Amino acid sequence: MLFELRDVSLRRGERQVLDSLATQIPAGAAAIVGPSGSGKSTLLRLLNRLADPDSGAIEYRGRPLAEYDPLALRREVSLVPQLPALLDGSVGSNLRYAADLAGKELDAGRCLGLAGLDPDFAERDVSRLSVGEQQRAMLARALAQQPRVLLLDEPTAALDHAARDAIEATLVELRRELDISLVLVSHDPAQARRLASWALRLERGRVAACGTLEEALA
Amino acid sequence: MSISIHVSLGQVAASLALVALAAAISFWRQTDLERDIVVATVRSIVQLTAIGYAIKLIFEADSLLLVAVLLSAMVVFGALTARSRAKKVPGAFWPLLIALAVAGATTLGLVVALGIFEATPRYLVPVGGMVIGNAMTASAVALNRLGDEVTGSRAAIEATLALGATAREAAAPFVRRALRSGTIALVDSTKTTGLIFFPGTMVGMLLAGAEPTDAVRLQLILLYALLGSVAIATLVATGLAYRNFFTPAQQLREPGG
Repeated sequence: MLFELRDVSLRRGERQVLDSLATQIPAGAAAIVGPSGSGKSTLLRLLNRLADPDSGAIEYRGRPLAEYDPLALRREVSLVPQLPALLDGSVGSNLRYAADLAGKELDAGRCLGLAGLDPDFAERDVSRLSVGEQQRAMLARALAQQPRVLLLDEPTAALDHAARDAIEATLVELRRELDISLVLVSHDPAQARRLASWALRLERGRVAACGTLEEALA
Repeated sequence: MSISIHVSLGQVAASLALVALAAAISFWRQTDLERDIVVATVRSIVQLTAIGYAIKLIFEADSLLLVAVLLSAMVVFGALTARSRAKKVPGAFWPLLIALAVAGATTLGLVVALGIFEATPRYLVPVGGMVIGNAMTASAVALNRLGDEVTGSRAAIEATLALGATAREAAAPFVRRALRSGTIALVDSTKTTGLIFFPGTMVGMLLAGAEPTDAVRLQLILLYALLGSVAIATLVATGLAYRNFFTPAQQLREPGG
């Protein structure tokens, strides 16, 4: 099992964001779906320790998350946030930064290609990219770290249909090319059906359903 | 540099005519500042008179211990004042206190070690006061900016943390901007000094009857000492304060959390 969550709860002020969550997320392509405010993005942030739960336990590959060095964990379990947030400079310098942090050799052309961008994007300044291109550059930057798991938070939320379809095709292609697991947060069950083989449906911070697509999204 | 002039209370009282003018303009143009002008004037009389007597006592006692007590009190009050302008930075008091203390001690230590001033109350008190005051203003500006930068860039900082960057690496661009904004005002005023305005020390010395060349030289020394102390204070304040935004697990703390 990729992730196992036991009795995970988290409050933010007055709001119970996650409420005694217990579930398992298998390797492969998993989707976390649910209405906005159901705790999907918060759950994703717990999986690479950008935040910790107030109570409960999370395991990654059978070992408590708290036992991992958070920095090493984040290079292995890479989160691509909903809104693109690249560092100032070129796309290539962003890729280099990520690869150096992970101590990996950088093949910029391959990372860009996997994210659906031409190699010449390496030279482009991030301030001159469209939102869709920025989203792809974020994906390429995450891939530069050669992660084992990609956590994707609403990767197409800011995009039009054409750009969404292109990113989805890229993600399918990624799964085919690399031995990598995806955990995808989406408010759109149809997108979960297109991209994942397993789903977790959250409602108000609780597990409403989980399992195969038929079981979870019925 | 032994110059001394006597200023009578009558002369000070006469200068209040200009305060009355300021209050009258405020009243006439309805800027609603009359009350503040009166409060500011009364406070300036009380505070400066009190510090004047305190300095007189310290000069007469010729005690370095008293100098240290006075400057330490200024560091504490400076840190408290600066903290009120850096509300978005959690736990800003300690970084500010350490920054002001380090900036004051290093700058005074250097000017004494380099033989610029003697280690006597007559030099240490006024120079120390200026250094700590300017360090306070600069570090308040720097931390104010740091608070705005970090709260306004949470998504960008988390995106960098998500790559496995340390808090220090993720905060670096914002710390750099904060550092710059704390220092730039003094750099700019140093550039224009003598052209657009006459700095206070020089004006004071000229009024007291000093040679213009002496006035200029002393002013230059103080400007450079201030540049050094402001750089040290903003470096220490931002370098310590950014850590308070993060947990030991290199997570960005929730606002107010």
